[in-house]
Amino acid sequence: MNNEITGAEIVLKSLAEQGVEVVFGYPGGAVLPIYDTLFKQNSIKHVLVRQEGGAIHAAEGYARSTGKTGVVLVTSGPGATNVVTGLTDAMMDSVPIVCITGQVPQHLIGSDAFQECDTTGITRPCTKHNYLVKDVNKLSSVFHEAFTIAQNGRPGPVLIDIPKDVQFASGTYEEKNKIIIPSHRLFEPSPDFEKNKIEEAVELISKAKKPIFYIGGGCINSGPKASTLVREFINMVGSPVTMTLMGLGVVGSSDKNSLGMLGMHGMYEANMAMHECDVMINIGARFDDRVTGRLDAFSPNSKKIHIDIDESNINKTINVDVPIIGDVKQVVEKMISVWKDKKYKIDTNSLNLWWDKINKWKEVDCLNYNNEGKQIKPQYAVQRLYELTKNTKTFITTEVGQHQMWAAQFYKFEEPNRWLTSGGLGTMGYGFPAAIGAQVGHPDALVVDIAGDASILMNIQEMSTAVQYRLPVKIFILNNEYMGMVRQWQELLHGGRYSESYTDSLPDFVKLAESYKAVGLRAKTTDELDDVITEMIETKNTVIADIWVTKEENCFPMIQSGSAHNEMMLSKDQKQDKKSAEKGKILV
Amino acid sequence: MNKSVYASPDQVSETKRHILTVLVDNEPGVLARVIGMFSGRGYNIDSLNVAEVSNDENISRITIVTHGTSEVVSQIEKQLLRIVPVHSVTNLDQEGSSVEAEVALVYIYISDTNKKKVYQLCDFYRARKIENENNTTIFEIAGASERVNRFIKEINEITKVEIVRSGPVAISSIKKNEEE
Ligand SMILES: Cc1ncc(C[n+]2csc(CCOP(=O)(O)OP(=O)(O)O)c2C)c(N)n1
Ligand SMILES: [Mg+2]
Repeated sequence: MNNEITGAEIVLKSLAEQGVEVVFGYPGGAVLPIYDTLFKQNSIKHVLVRQEGGAIHAAEGYARSTGKTGVVLVTSGPGATNVVTGLTDAMMDSVPIVCITGQVPQHLIGSDAFQECDTTGITRPCTKHNYLVKDVNKLSSVFHEAFTIAQNGRPGPVLIDIPKDVQFASGTYEEKNKIIIPSHRLFEPSPDFEKNKIEEAVELISKAKKPIFYIGGGCINSGPKASTLVREFINMVGSPVTMTLMGLGVVGSSDKNSLGMLGMHGMYEANMAMHECDVMINIGARFDDRVTGRLDAFSPNSKKIHIDIDESNINKTINVDVPIIGDVKQVVEKMISVWKDKKYKIDTNSLNLWWDKINKWKEVDCLNYNNEGKQIKPQYAVQRLYELTKNTKTFITTEVGQHQMWAAQFYKFEEPNRWLTSGGLGTMGYGFPAAIGAQVGHPDALVVDIAGDASILMNIQEMSTAVQYRLPVKIFILNNEYMGMVRQWQELLHGGRYSESYTDSLPDFVKLAESYKAVGLRAKTTDELDDVITEMIETKNTVIADIWVTKEENCFPMIQSGSAHNEMMLSKDQKQDKKSAEKGKILV
Repeated sequence: MNKSVYASPDQVSETKRHILTVLVDNEPGVLARVIGMFSGRGYNIDSLNVAEVSNDENISRITIVTHGTSEVVSQIEKQLLRIVPVHSVTNLDQEGSSVEAEVALVYIYISDTNKKKVYQLCDFYRARKIENENNTTIFEIAGASERVNRFIKEINEITKVEIVRSGPVAISSIKKNEEE
């Protein structure tokens, strides 16, 4: 009886023992006991957002930029339903999150009580796991298990729903090391199976004539060491490498082996190399449809090696020849030692021929755009942003749309964990709160949200959060007054019928910033751009930089839906025949 | 293998019936997790059966009958294993040999004209009459689904019936080391 504490205290104690420094949240009736306990302590910081959706994206940004688990605290009912998008986002992009929701007291559950909803029911498919805790004595073990599950194997969001009476009830706290989690609840790869496959894989690579590494977000989730090892291995092989949207930064943009991003808006040379390679080494990517294009024409002549921690990704959409289930860091470490032990070396002649071919593809200069005139091209704006921030420790987040793709194409990432974007779910409104989270995790770094005029409005209320906590986040809006990506698809696939994609009645973003006591800047022409960017960087305050860009620019190159890697559309082919374009329209 | 409109490159194997046995922690919501995975990812459940396993009350055994190509079923197995409280997934068809059975209860509309035929048929299929306070004619038949199907087809030809079926449960018949 003596060492009993309340459920709310157990929550805080569990978080503290898990090393949590910051919680992103929003209060309400069903979590008041937890907020009360929060008030009485000062080891854990709370960041008050302005909408729960902002809390979970902030936690994602925090998690992805620091490698720690992001923690969210929200109330029952609308508090819980507001985090559903973020949970799904974290699920798709494998971000470790622990989300605490309040629930109505147990005796009211099922009675349609005020602010009651079936939170565990609603979030079951968009969490790795979730709990409704009915017994205060189980609370600490649930928390410790939740943190382990969020981080273990393929990371993801875990939700803990706590009825209010459980928060008030007294119970005993159990320490982390007293909790034994049964192994079936966690990921454990079998080591022997891997070893054979690793030897097989490395031998296959050594015999390749036209190899390519295809790198995904799994390499980032495996920790910074994984990126170092991946780079080392690629260097030993001398192979070209391409990265997915989620994998940018694993291999530096300036690395001689890097072909940049692949996929729908990826580099021509990267997609062509994927199409023509003879050995593909997929490390921590999942053959997403944005990457593969048409499946029946995907890299038709290659042997494929697939390293993934999640077995369900193996043969899900693309059949592979050598699957390896495991953590990137461990697997690549073993691959390197096998390569060294066997003194493997790729045939230099064929490798040179392969590179010659790739260098020819590079000559296409697929990112080329027409940069004439005084109006700012969105691509140019990102290029200038890169040039003026490249010597500063910078984190880039994005919203979703054309600006996101231009950011991925034109901003050069040299390190992992610096690029935060919503890849799997494509959530507009992700970038700004994610930037807030990244800034909380890295108070001294420069954090820029490359945004679109439509997306930014989805979580604009977080201006208030950024200003309150003196977070000098920069919002860099590529303002084309359109839902540009929607407009582009309508132009290419729907006969130029721009149905509801013009964003009329936009706010004056400068005044908007000022109304929150932040700083608003604007660039209307190319000669204003550098000054605005410089001022934005130097301002020690939250900034919205409203960059007026050409309105009808399209994002190229592009693999249209239903096309293959070797059927990329370049900006010069824009005027193509309408019929073939309309074919792809049923696809997303 | 996948149902995406981005056509799949691989030759697809033939669609077959599969019986999966899933051992799970007996905790709230576990069945919803399993069923939700099927509906959310567009897989089929032909029948489903859940009960605690007798020797350990913390574990339940879910028997699921599904159909699909071997690619789809292998994806189902892997998706099931991602669910945290799932211990193991066994595809009994792939194990080579297994035994399955189900139970059906059949309410039979009986009259003087069909009575004899009904009883003969039930006798033939070794269906057992279940006594009840209303004295209606209810038979229980157990066995392989095929057999139950045949019984139902034939009894339907004789008279009107109402049927409830449990769906099959199955167990691997491979010899285990019985010393243990
Ligand atoms: C929450 C949400 N709703 C709708 C979409 C569909 N969508 C994708 S891009 C886009 C337009 C984005 O416009 P903007 O933010 O201005 O970016 P731009 O493409 O103009 O750079 C929309 C509506 C989405 N991705 N997310
Ligand atoms: Mg726009």
